[in-house]
Amino acid sequence: MKRYSDPYLAGLGLGLVLLAAYVLVGRGLGASGGFASVVAAGTAAVEGTTRASASPALAPYLVRGVASPLGDWLVLELAGVVVGGFCSAWLAGRLRRAVEHGPQVDARQRMFVSIGGGALMGFGAKLARGCTSGQALTGGALLSVGSWIFIATCFASGYLFAPLARRLWR
Amino acid sequence: MTAPFTETGVLGPAGGLLVAPLIGFFFGWFLERGGLGYAPKLAAQFYLTDLTVFKVMFTALVTAMIGAFWLDRIGFLDLRLVYMPETFAAPQAAGGVLFGAGFLFGGLCPGTSCVAAATGRLDGLGVIAGMLAGVAAFNGAFPLVADFYASTPMGAVTITELAGVSRGAGVAIVTLAAIAGFALATRIERGRV
Repeated sequence: MKRYSDPYLAGLGLGLVLLAAYVLVGRGLGASGGFASVVAAGTAAVEGTTRASASPALAPYLVRGVASPLGDWLVLELAGVVVGGFCSAWLAGRLRRAVEHGPQVDARQRMFVSIGGGALMGFGAKLARGCTSGQALTGGALLSVGSWIFIATCFASGYLFAPLARRLWR
Repeated sequence: MTAPFTETGVLGPAGGLLVAPLIGFFFGWFLERGGLGYAPKLAAQFYLTDLTVFKVMFTALVTAMIGAFWLDRIGFLDLRLVYMPETFAAPQAAGGVLFGAGFLFGGLCPGTSCVAAATGRLDGLGVIAGMLAGVAAFNGAFPLVADFYASTPMGAVTITELAGVSRGAGVAIVTLAAIAGFALATRIERGRV
């Protein structure tokens, strides 16, 4: 297993990818928006597109009332993320089927908490109109006020609650 | 101005969709290279033992910020045509608090959970499942939160416009602050603070 890259080198690469996105498609990176698109398509499949597109929370994700996650830029980008992450780990010998957790919890507990943490992030990212990719990185580099509010409160919250989660990770 | 390519017609709508997986590929690649698909490393951020997340994230932010600023300045990239998220101060602050707590407990963020899952980490799949549930819960609760969600709108505004300084000054200040932050982060990791 190879060691991870220097963080500044990985950051430089990531920054150039973000810059390429600005230049090529006039938008940045994203992740939570892709999840939202998938959820909208799923809801439309269950409830029917007429009912789903009547909801103001879902309508923006349904092109002309039709769910099309495969035509959604962020969903296609996330598919690339999966392949890119896989290839990088593969070439570095870091592919491993495992549940990663702290020394004081077991895999089962970690799985439950990961789902709970994900749910909080899903709700929070919707409320903030983006996550670490679309809001913090993309908007942050464009100096958006809301993005910097998100960066500040996100980190502050993580550090504030860190003592509560200590047993999970330390 | 020749860029953004999709806005100036260099790249058509289909071309824009075609580059999406390509950009995603390198996004996922560099996240994995930096070790950001491994939850304990991300969580260590909050216990000040490994500040890789901070270093990767702010190096990326500063790189893109400086690059976008100069490409605009030399007349290649029209920054007014690059989509910038609108600011809604109160819901974004509250969303950040919820998101930060979820990040701490989940150990991964939405993008890195995809990398974790792609490299065989089942906890990454757990975060993905939770994310989908959280988004669905938000959609279900939307009538209750709609007023708050639309509150405190400020438009697509930058911190430099708000502070009344030039964009160049803002770029320089953020860059210097990040460099100071990197030096401090390394001292913290070595237990010297």
